Amino acid sequence: MKLFKSGRNAYLMASPYLAWAVIFILVPLAMVVYYGFTDGNGSFTLNNVVRISDPGYFKALWRSIYLAVISTLICFLIAYPLGMILSSMKLSNNAFLVTLFILPMWMNFLLRTLTWMTLLEGKGVINTLLDIVHLPAINIINTPGAIILGMVYNFLPFMILPIYNSLSRIDENIINAARDLGADSVQTFMRITLPLSVPGIISGITMVFIPALTTFAISTMLGGSKILLIGNIIEQQFTLVYDWHLGSGLSIVLMIFILINMIVQAVYDKEGGALG
Amino acid sequence: MKKILERIYLGIILLFMYAPIVTLIVLSFNLSKSRARWGGFTLNWYIRLFSDRAVASALMNTLSIAVLATIFSTIIGTITCIAMIGLSPRLRSVITGVTNIPMINADIVTGISLMLLFRFLHIGSGFMTILLAHITFDIPFVMLSVMPRIKNMNFYVYEAALDLGATPFYAFRKTILPDLMPGVISGALMAFTMSLDDFIITYFTKGSGFETLSTLIYNEVKRGIQPEIYALSAIIFVVVLTLLLINSGASDNIIKEKK
Repeated sequence: MKLFKSGRNAYLMASPYLAWAVIFILVPLAMVVYYGFTDGNGSFTLNNVVRISDPGYFKALWRSIYLAVISTLICFLIAYPLGMILSSMKLSNNAFLVTLFILPMWMNFLLRTLTWMTLLEGKGVINTLLDIVHLPAINIINTPGAIILGMVYNFLPFMILPIYNSLSRIDENIINAARDLGADSVQTFMRITLPLSVPGIISGITMVFIPALTTFAISTMLGGSKILLIGNIIEQQFTLVYDWHLGSGLSIVLMIFILINMIVQAVYDKEGGALG
Repeated sequence: MKKILERIYLGIILLFMYAPIVTLIVLSFNLSKSRARWGGFTLNWYIRLFSDRAVASALMNTLSIAVLATIFSTIIGTITCIAMIGLSPRLRSVITGVTNIPMINADIVTGISLMLLFRFLHIGSGFMTILLAHITFDIPFVMLSVMPRIKNMNFYVYEAALDLGATPFYAFRKTILPDLMPGVISGALMAFTMSLDDFIITYFTKGSGFETLSTLIYNEVKRGIQPEIYALSAIIFVVVLTLLLINSGASDNIIKEKK
């Protein structure tokens, strides 16, 4: 390559970002680990991490996992058929349609959660509409159900995009070949379509599960600040209690989940992602 | 029959996704303060919104941070992508790995980690800390949209330009830069949208007394929703939607050009 006469120029050009990444990505993470494993005097302790087993914190973590799993599952069940329908349409006229399904991904999630506060509240829009048609009111605001609804609404596009991508990349000839060889539509789906879309499914699960597991705003807004998730507990350590050590310790527990997710993702995503 | 069922399914999901947003926009024009009753059309909430000084300053903060973060992250991200061509494969994969961290990590962890850093360095002012944080999470998005262009680039044109007597800078400006530009622009738009949209990382890095639109909305919502918030939300939705449609239109054109 002649663009760089010597490697040195390239290193010189990359150095600002390298420095930036060290200062603003690696050092901060190291600080979380440092605070998580030290006490107020700066001496080493496992206490902050172990305190995840405190009944209150453990309950919050368990509740977060539980709600995140249900939300992820619902997102998957909605998104997979959607991805199949979208990918079976002709590309020329569905580009805009696909965009419509994915656009909300980049719209402020606070506002999207706010819309559900408005819709679900006791005398809100949905109950008013139900009242007009003489149906009983629903009271799910400030319940785990409302939090799940908020999570599904917010994170659904993150499931649709990777599943659609992986489904639309499947070569139609493979499916036709299976059909020619006598597979019925269920067999074709179970043995061709589903296995080939696994990378998309894994990536979708990650993109929904991690934000759902770690959210604190959705539970504050739709759970009425009484249903605490692990995200709420950590947030409080930094904004109310000012116990950075405990907050960091609990964050390390969260990072373990993220790490597991990264590993699963790396195993399935052998192409190395868009950057690799 | 199957077609009809498919259409109905798509319709229901679209309704689920967009009806709440439309409801919110409708409510922003509702004269009645109650969410349950239509009291007639009004622009009152918009007028109240624009005369609210807290909103005005939050808007200014949000926009100036988004613009500055976009400029810095686009420059740094693009330069790094170009440099990747000349780097050893090992360093390249190190950079890729590190760049992936903010995208994979939970926002809450990124937010508190940066907060710890800023407290440690005693960088106190809300504007500066938010800007640094936004540049940090914007760079990966810029690189994500510039990198594919680098990979598909034909460097022989550049070498041909050099052989024909162009200076390296002139050749770069005339052959490589035009090829990169669509990726750079869509990366910049992406960075701008992400910065405009961010709440969690801003929330942890802002310090007290400094608000952006997102944090202002969060505070207001915790106190009880006023109709002005609907007006503000409606404006943000429309602006972001427009930005995104421009961006997806731009990338559609690129796809068509390539074919």
